Amino acid sequence: MLGYILRRCAMLIPVILGVVFIVFVMMYITPGDPARMVLGEQAPQVDVDNLRVEMGLDDPFLLQFGRYVYNAVVHADIGRSYITKRPVWNEVMTAFPVTLKLSAMAMGIALLVGIPCGIITAVRQYSVFDNIITLFALMGISMPVFWLGLLFILLFTVRLGWLPPSGFDSIPAMIMPSVTLGLQSVAIITRMTRSSMLEVVRHDYIRTARSKGQKESMVIWKHALPNALVPVVTIAGIQFGILLGGAVLTEIIFSIPGLGRLMVSSIEMRDYPMVQGGVLFIALAFCLVNLGVDLLYAWLDPRIKSQYT
Amino acid sequence: MQTKKNSLWGQVFGRLKKNRMAILGLCILFGLLITALFANVVAPFPFDEQDLFATLEGPSATHWFGTDEFGRDILSRIIYGSRISLQVGFVAVGFSVMAGGFIGATAGYYGGRTDNILMRFMDVLLSIPQLLLAISVAASLGPGLLNLMLAVGIAAIPQYARLVRASVLSIRDQEFVEAAISVGSSDLRIIFRHILPNCMAPIIVQATLGVAFAILTAAGLSFIGLGLEPPTPEWGAMLSGGREFIRDYPYMTIFPGLAIMITILGLNFLGDGLRDALDPKLRN
Repeated sequence: MLGYILRRCAMLIPVILGVVFIVFVMMYITPGDPARMVLGEQAPQVDVDNLRVEMGLDDPFLLQFGRYVYNAVVHADIGRSYITKRPVWNEVMTAFPVTLKLSAMAMGIALLVGIPCGIITAVRQYSVFDNIITLFALMGISMPVFWLGLLFILLFTVRLGWLPPSGFDSIPAMIMPSVTLGLQSVAIITRMTRSSMLEVVRHDYIRTARSKGQKESMVIWKHALPNALVPVVTIAGIQFGILLGGAVLTEIIFSIPGLGRLMVSSIEMRDYPMVQGGVLFIALAFCLVNLGVDLLYAWLDPRIKSQYT
Repeated sequence: MQTKKNSLWGQVFGRLKKNRMAILGLCILFGLLITALFANVVAPFPFDEQDLFATLEGPSATHWFGTDEFGRDILSRIIYGSRISLQVGFVAVGFSVMAGGFIGATAGYYGGRTDNILMRFMDVLLSIPQLLLAISVAASLGPGLLNLMLAVGIAAIPQYARLVRASVLSIRDQEFVEAAISVGSSDLRIIFRHILPNCMAPIIVQATLGVAFAILTAAGLSFIGLGLEPPTPEWGAMLSGGREFIRDYPYMTIFPGLAIMITILGLNFLGDGLRDALDPKLRN
């Protein structure tokens, strides 16, 4: 297992370098002169030119890229905000935990609601309950996150006055954002669990378990579920990564001071180092989550691991 | 396209017809296409006609969905908005299918180092969440319809590249390809005439669901101010505009969102139906 983990981690390095490269290229092609941004519209051209030299903006592309990677790896320095002049790293590190917490809560809701719904719909296939949940799942997938959030605010804040419309610092404030962000994943995990369960219960060993007189609940929980959950784990992992990226919209609607909102306000102010720092950070988190899922998957299904040994 | 009763696509359509959800999806999509094509006929008002004496009105006989803060008819704006959304959805997906298909087919057909380089690059793109990738591309390109389509399209390229590559790999070594090689067909001809037509099924399913995702992403980008600029009637931008009036005037929020949801729902119904209709496991 250790060998597999190390190999998987090593495979991460080129991917991360690639992400850094893409992020850097996007910053490079973005119109506008960073030196001009730092100094402002009124600054004399001489100062801008001097700053360009100082910031190394006139150097060849590859040299600039190399310096960016070197600074990022050695000094954890991914640039400075044009607006606040603070290191991007610090700003990102303050905002990221909020996004992580939001995504984790959304994921928790998705698993806690999605898996049981998936099991019930599979066990009672074609029942009224199955039809209702399946329809709801489809609607959940089709619902734009930002619209759902606004509808929640409309109902629970404006009409009923139960929940605060913004923030993320108390339990009541966390409810709406987490549910908003998580609903789509609830739908996806429900569908995945359902189809995976239906697939598994067709196998011979389930028939064997039933024919030896096992109680139906035991067959479902002990025999079918563990195998049915393997693909669900993969989907859940992918979903978690998507949630980290998708949290942007939720954070905007509920004014949550997370990485997504930081990035969007940075885009508005053309604070590109901040935007790229944010993308880089979420991409890194996404890679790590994927790594975690792969490892978990290998642990659940030994056949995967054997491909690498 | 000519379809005989027993051709593959004839069979697929036969199965699709029996799926009520899929037909509903098809109807929704068809209705939307008609609405978008004839928006100037269907819409009761021009999308940018302001009536400052009738701002923020509730639904009425003249303005079925009410009016916005400039007195513009919300229904008309939603109708014109369908043009934008469908355009973005189809063009963006068309772009990503073509680019992804080209990359995937090249990687799958030639294999070896070409495959490795192309697919590792796709892996890198895949390691950035799709919405985030679209946001960052849109941020570096700036606002505008074309840039919006590009941003949404680029973000989806890797998934099509992967899909096409996998299909190409499963077909490349079959005898009819070998036969084509032995009669001296060019690589391009083999890929386009012999291989790609045989991998259409998964691509079509993915593309249908992809249009739904593209429309959602585009609306999301406009919602955070990265897509189209006012007064263009874009559903996401309309939602974003309705936000500040949500307390006293929720219609501006409810109707555009409903339009997005129905569109996406229709496309998802159709995509799911197509997947079932094309699934070889269910085929007799």
